Amino acid sequence: MRPGPGQGLAPLGRVLHSGRPVPKSPLLSHPSPDSPVAWRGGAAISRNAFLAHARQLAERMPPGRHYLAHCADRYRFAVTLAAGLMTGRTALLPSTFNASVAEQLRAFSGDVFVVTDDPGVDSELPLLRFSEDVPAPDEDLPVPDIPHEHAVAWVFTSGSTGAPVPHCKTWGKLVLNVQTECGELGLGRDTPFAVLATVPPQHMYGFETTVLMPLLCGGLLVAERPFFPADICDRLAALPHPRVLVTTPFHLRTLLEADIAVPAADLLVSATAPLDSALAARSEQAFACRLLEIYGSTETSQLASRRTLDGPAWTLFPGIRLVQRDGACWASGGHVEQEMPLGDIIELDDPRHFRLCGRNGDLVNVAGKRSSLGYLNAQLLAIDGVRDGAFFLPPDEDDIGRPAALVVAPGMSVQEVLAALRQRIDPVFLPRPVIQLDMLPRNATGKLPREVCQTLLARHRGQSPA
Amino acid sequence: MTDTLSTEQLRLEVAEQIVSALNLDVAPAEIEPNAPLYGDGLGLDSIDILEVALVLSKRYGFTLRSDNEDNVRIFASLASLTDYVAQHRTQ
Repeated sequence: MRPGPGQGLAPLGRVLHSGRPVPKSPLLSHPSPDSPVAWRGGAAISRNAFLAHARQLAERMPPGRHYLAHCADRYRFAVTLAAGLMTGRTALLPSTFNASVAEQLRAFSGDVFVVTDDPGVDSELPLLRFSEDVPAPDEDLPVPDIPHEHAVAWVFTSGSTGAPVPHCKTWGKLVLNVQTECGELGLGRDTPFAVLATVPPQHMYGFETTVLMPLLCGGLLVAERPFFPADICDRLAALPHPRVLVTTPFHLRTLLEADIAVPAADLLVSATAPLDSALAARSEQAFACRLLEIYGSTETSQLASRRTLDGPAWTLFPGIRLVQRDGACWASGGHVEQEMPLGDIIELDDPRHFRLCGRNGDLVNVAGKRSSLGYLNAQLLAIDGVRDGAFFLPPDEDDIGRPAALVVAPGMSVQEVLAALRQRIDPVFLPRPVIQLDMLPRNATGKLPREVCQTLLARHRGQSPA
Repeated sequence: MTDTLSTEQLRLEVAEQIVSALNLDVAPAEIEPNAPLYGDGLGLDSIDILEVALVLSKRYGFTLRSDNEDNVRIFASLASLTDYVAQHRTQ
């Protein structure tokens, strides 16, 4: 990880050299102290209570300027974010949190601390645990204004070389992106829509759609993250209308296959991987509402949307431009912090519309979590005892899309290789199967031809006891 | 039905469904009844647990909820999962 984000933190209220005031936007848009901002344990939480909880947490924060919000409860994640914004702090949002990530985060910014609601979590990093929430105060707390240039968060992509790549997200750009999203999804900003989600708040999609959008557009975020299909349906049915379910193709499929009674929603939002039109049609019918998909990436945030049943074309958010150059499609404009190449192969219909035509060869997407073969290979090769190895994607991958791997590691069992990998990568990327070899069948240029990998996989499956 | 099927037979049946649902690289009979399914044991993650829950709930006719049941306990091992199936199956 690149060392040090530097002194990117602007103290609140700083004035530009020109003397003009710094542009700012409020932390949340809910009109009155009593307006509900969240739904938790079946009850609404008011704007004033939320601000009191954030202020209470802010007062307990250690001096460090960077924090990691390790909260399973989405409300507490939002409280942590608000406390960070009130005090000019910056969040670090790694895609997963384990011992090696903690080490990388400390190398990135030496003052990082972890805010957690999980009593079981232990870390080398300083920990701030949630205490009981204070009751809402009698006085009306003011809604803080946050400078647009404030660095809200660093997010990390896996890159292609093995080193995580940091990307900075500033408040002004996030506000612009999320308010645009709200409009593109057709959610009125004066309607208190409730947002239930199966995705975590720590990834960009969940961060923007399930935390920032409710905060910035007058909605209610739902604290609980339901897991089983029956949980999702129970939680959704208990919410007031209008209610939105934010999810992924994987969760939609398992939910519909469960054959249980599905409550009506007012909008379904799906992202992380393209949805097929048959599943979209079943989803719209089951939930009796429209299903809209969002396209984006960690680097660029959200770029486009489509109603799957209206056809394969995506419509870009206003202000976003796509350009084909150097074998990639580059996004810029609008809220995009700096021009970025996209990981997908894109065909432009016209300047506002495009189609997805597969992904670039290096990208791995397991049930919506993204990494790259280059990154995974680097992690595999870094294991003591692994002499050579490579991840690859099976030809018949299902909608989950798990990778397989070839490994040369004399003296190590498959279980030992997997246990070592588990310390380094998100477990969804653990290869299935791991095929052990005496040497990798690399060609003269050192590459592993795809067909050779597939043949080895077929042979392995033929021998496999299952 | 449950009373005519021994625990061991049911355990093997559950193991077979886990292996086939997840396309695992292991023989059903080789899954240690008391080894963890998550993490360092069989190596399942939450995506797998959703898949397994789907297959087992359809096969045996029950509904899993995370609020009212202790999923960590249910999915702790093949043995605990088999116990849960034996107690909650309706078909």
